[in-house]
Amino acid sequence: MLFLQVIVGGLLLGAIYALFSSGLTLIWGMMNFINFAHGEFVMLGMYAALLVVVWLNGGPAVFGLAAAVALFVLGVIVYAGLIRHVMRGPMLAQILSSFGLALLLRYTAFFIFSANFVSLPQNSLSGTVDIGGILMPLAQLVAGVIAIALTIALHFMLTRTTVGSKLLAVSEDRNAAMLMGIRPDRMQALAWGLSAGAAGIAGALLAISYPWSPSVGETFGLTAFVVVALGGFGSVPGALYAGLIIGLIQAVSAFWLGPIYKDIVVYALFVALLWLRPQGLMGKA
Amino acid sequence: MTKALVFRPKILVLSVCLLIFPLVFSDAFYRDIGVTVILAAISASAWNIVGGYAGQVSVGHSMFYGIGAYAPLLFYQLWGWPPILGIPVGIALSLGLAVAIGTPTFRLTGHYFSMATIAVAELIRIFTGTWDFVGAAIGLQGPATARGWWDLTFRGELPYYYLFLGVLAVLLCITAALERRKFGYYLRAIKTGERAARSLGVPVRQTKIKALMLSAAFTSIAGSLYSIKTGFIDPESGFGILVSVQMVIIAALGGAGTLFGPLLGAVILVPLQTATNTWFGGGGSGLTYIFYGGIIVLIARFEPGGLFELWDRIAPTRWRRSHAA
Repeated sequence: MLFLQVIVGGLLLGAIYALFSSGLTLIWGMMNFINFAHGEFVMLGMYAALLVVVWLNGGPAVFGLAAAVALFVLGVIVYAGLIRHVMRGPMLAQILSSFGLALLLRYTAFFIFSANFVSLPQNSLSGTVDIGGILMPLAQLVAGVIAIALTIALHFMLTRTTVGSKLLAVSEDRNAAMLMGIRPDRMQALAWGLSAGAAGIAGALLAISYPWSPSVGETFGLTAFVVVALGGFGSVPGALYAGLIIGLIQAVSAFWLGPIYKDIVVYALFVALLWLRPQGLMGKA
Repeated sequence: MTKALVFRPKILVLSVCLLIFPLVFSDAFYRDIGVTVILAAISASAWNIVGGYAGQVSVGHSMFYGIGAYAPLLFYQLWGWPPILGIPVGIALSLGLAVAIGTPTFRLTGHYFSMATIAVAELIRIFTGTWDFVGAAIGLQGPATARGWWDLTFRGELPYYYLFLGVLAVLLCITAALERRKFGYYLRAIKTGERAARSLGVPVRQTKIKALMLSAAFTSIAGSLYSIKTGFIDPESGFGILVSVQMVIIAALGGAGTLFGPLLGAVILVPLQTATNTWFGGGGSGLTYIFYGGIIVLIARFEPGGLFELWDRIAPTRWRRSHAA
């Protein structure tokens, strides 16, 4: 029964991984751009949630929404102020830009919030539920379900709506899209907003159940790389499956080998993937 | 057409300046900064071979640095070997790792290489922190007092300065020689357009792997020199992400893909870093890295060619022409 609990817990955490990784994979698929600062977006989402709780005394729905909106805005600003310009430059500039941004955000967070671990105060999602003998914290359950729902919603938005078609059109062929009357810059700004927004809300969902410090951004960023590499670059459904798999692997390896080894196992898996199947499980070669 | 490097006036001036620096500034504080500058220039120049010339941006070069740093102290602690014997072992391991990473990732676009390097470096860092054989989180220590010159443990900064300067000179000479050979043209062709280079018959993958191997070997040497000088290494100072960051930022600041860019970057950044640490207090805490991140973003946004390219653009044409004549 304990092992079953570990599995369910891993899958619920994996659902949140899937949510923020789908943001990373969206940007990669659209612009061929790897955002090294994506984990920092998740971390900022966590602090955004904390600030809303402390200042406005908001409940989970309020701080979740606030984190999503705040990070959406940040994503658009980052695109308009930085990414739009470096995309025209050499690849060195592209990699440096998001890498430098990651450092800037991470250490600014250290400076403002200090290196101490913080957690959200008790709220309406505290407590546990009993599902057929498996005891799960309510917060993890709700967060996991919301994360899966949002990831699926993002997928449907991309594949079933006009905006989604425009986004895909820009990623397919920027110039052709422009001739069809789509503004590529707006669409890419929207993609960055959605990507960062997904990271932000995932951060808020994580913040409900887990304590954190500014350094979590690095871990989540690498986790997102692994998820995207496993699921295939640019694929949101791929990110969903891969996120769940990674969450499961982490939980099981933490359970069997000890908590220190959960990241080692995941990174080792990433390296093995790059060797054996670099296009990901579901990606095209 | 190509005069030997030493006879070019600018380079002669530079060499003399570097040679007499510790004699002019004999204060231990300045000498220490000098040693740090040269060491940073070595690792950034080594990064520059693959990151600058070939345009394959590694953000995990700390893996080679760390291996190079651990090898000498590990053999000293295990069997009391002089640390100097660990240097070739570090190089050999780094070469192996370079091939292991380059072979799969260089088949793909450059982003895969960047992601793979950061993931492997993190993997090694976390693993080293849990592995008792290499001292786990506590790290390793070198000889406290020298048993002979071969321990490379000196009291003052001066011997280190000239030793490091010698290594830097060798590295820059190799880079300069490669720059003008077919290999150097291959690297630049790959950087400018990989597909075009391949269609013209450039052996793209082999060239990239060779560049990574050369880069890894010298990064490993830089790591060995660091740990032998400090006599101490732990996972963070060997494999930490900031070790990689420093190489990238120094090379990019001076000018990635130029011979003296990394040296220029080190000469600017290292004293600046010492100054910010002194002003803001608390060595290595927050503000220094905010500053690092800010510089990297600004370079990427406004001046991806680094200071060398900026100079080329703003320096008056007349001055340059008279100089080139």
